[in-house]
Amino acid sequence: MPVTGRDVNLALKDIRHNLGRFLLTCLGLSLLLGIVLAMVGIYRGLILESLGLVRAAGAQVWVVEGDTRGPFAEASRLPGDMRRVVAAQWGVAAAGGVSYQNVEAQHRGRTRRLLVVGAQIARPGEAPLVVEGRPIQRSRYEAVSDRAAGFALGEQIKLGRDTFTVVGLTEGLVASGGDPVLFITLRDAQKLQFDLTPAAARREAARTSGAAGTTDTVNAILVQLLPGVDAKRFAQDIARWKHLAALTQDEQETVLARSVIDRARRQIGLFTSLLLTVSTVIIGLIIYTMTIDKKKSIATLKLIGAPDRRIVGLIVQQALAMGTISFVAGAALINAGQGYFPRRVVLEPADAATLFGVVLVVCLLASALGVRTALKIDPASALAG
Amino acid sequence: MAELPIVEIRGISKHFGEGPARVDALRDVSLDVFPGTVVGLRGPSGSGKSTLLNVIGCILEPNSGSMRLNGELVYDGKWLRVDLRGLRLEKIGFIFQAHNLLPFLNAWENVAVARILAGASPAQAKSRALELLSYLGVERRKDAMPGELSGGEAQRIAIARALANDPRIVLADEPTAALDSQRAGAVMDLLRKVATERRTAVIVVTHDEKIFDRFDRIYSLRDGAMEAPHPQAA
Repeated sequence: MPVTGRDVNLALKDIRHNLGRFLLTCLGLSLLLGIVLAMVGIYRGLILESLGLVRAAGAQVWVVEGDTRGPFAEASRLPGDMRRVVAAQWGVAAAGGVSYQNVEAQHRGRTRRLLVVGAQIARPGEAPLVVEGRPIQRSRYEAVSDRAAGFALGEQIKLGRDTFTVVGLTEGLVASGGDPVLFITLRDAQKLQFDLTPAAARREAARTSGAAGTTDTVNAILVQLLPGVDAKRFAQDIARWKHLAALTQDEQETVLARSVIDRARRQIGLFTSLLLTVSTVIIGLIIYTMTIDKKKSIATLKLIGAPDRRIVGLIVQQALAMGTISFVAGAALINAGQGYFPRRVVLEPADAATLFGVVLVVCLLASALGVRTALKIDPASALAG
Repeated sequence: MAELPIVEIRGISKHFGEGPARVDALRDVSLDVFPGTVVGLRGPSGSGKSTLLNVIGCILEPNSGSMRLNGELVYDGKWLRVDLRGLRLEKIGFIFQAHNLLPFLNAWENVAVARILAGASPAQAKSRALELLSYLGVERRKDAMPGELSGGEAQRIAIARALANDPRIVLADEPTAALDSQRAGAVMDLLRKVATERRTAVIVVTHDEKIFDRFDRIYSLRDGAMEAPHPQAA
């Protein structure tokens, strides 16, 4: 009977020989790489969530206060009646005033931070895609909340001095800081923003001799254009009014991505780099230790005639195996646990593929020390008792 | 026609260091080893035995002299072959004091790996490994890991590995040092069998007096110089 044989893969055989130690090392490394993946996923989630709110508004042009870049970058305040002026421009299909404000609400004994969006009924800016319940239909005291806030349909929530009924739920709409979004009517939002406690109202009335300023202000006017109207051109036309500025949807997204998310991106990038550096050092040390453990075997292999490429292959293959197993385990770990993260984690195949490539490069770099050590081993040392 | 020596060494010298720190490890050593013979190298510690073994094994470059292995002039004041590892793989088998089996390979894989390094297919290498294990009487231990083998079994596997590529020269460094006299005798019987049946030249470095009578010839080294050889068996 003919003898069949498989190639003797020295790297795999050595791994099998020290399987427990190898797997434990991979487990530790997989946690590190899992954190790297989570960082990238959180960053993607951050962008998606932030842009989600801007995209959900359904506007093509954002009209904001002159010399500002809109409510997501800096303070922007416009008179509420400016909406009618904008809506009357040629090419406008619909225009709606919106306001944004961060509010803390008490809910079942816990304080919840919310981004409250004030929007006009049936106009651009109102709650998009209500997945449960219905959109706001009454001009007062109704709210549409994102599921992330934890409110149930029909639930009463107190905001400022008023109580609102949750009539609809959206999904995946949060602010760039991670706060869930709650939609109410613009009128309610303005009241929420400017309503004072009785004592503060009395003091303010005395200070201003009863001549209170207008509360009809919005942070932006969202514009939907008629088909065929060029958004950029329209924005340029609006910007001719010195007290107004206008951004197209693309410009608004760029402002949000570059200005607001940029710091988070840099922070996450820094952490990712640090973790990858730590991973490189760990893989390097482990591969070096494994090489030192095999000194006698490597000397013997050299003595009996193994070429350097075989020795290098042994070490590099082990480093790559360690990186691959750790990466796959880390990815599986994060996939399984992403629902438990306080922020949305979005794992995109392209990001995972890029990181895997980086991990393989890291493994190659990390194995350099082991390879150098192995190549310096004197074959004569195999003969020493 | 008289047989030519497989190992032919003429005037080999090797020193380490220079000036007052210079140590002459080998001084003008000449040696012939013929096919089918088992030759012993003995001498006190520091006499140059291991240095000579390293030179014959093409691990250590001498400073002067010449060396011919299996008819090929490999050293004449400098190495004449670039690929010394290839030379070792083709022509020389090594047996170590502590057997030096790779701990992560089982018995047959330890033998087959030498054959695979020489370019054989995995199937050919396995077949050759099993044949050698059978030849040396340890086939039943073919799947055992080195840690599961007795000292004698491990040394037989190491001998099988040394023979994997049909070398013309086998260099053994204290192969019986870790064995009792019965097992030491068995290992020497195997080396004799290999030399006789395969026409291999076997060179054994040893301190072990109980095996001195197993050599065809014993060379003694003292302070790096060769003393007159002692003929043993006919």
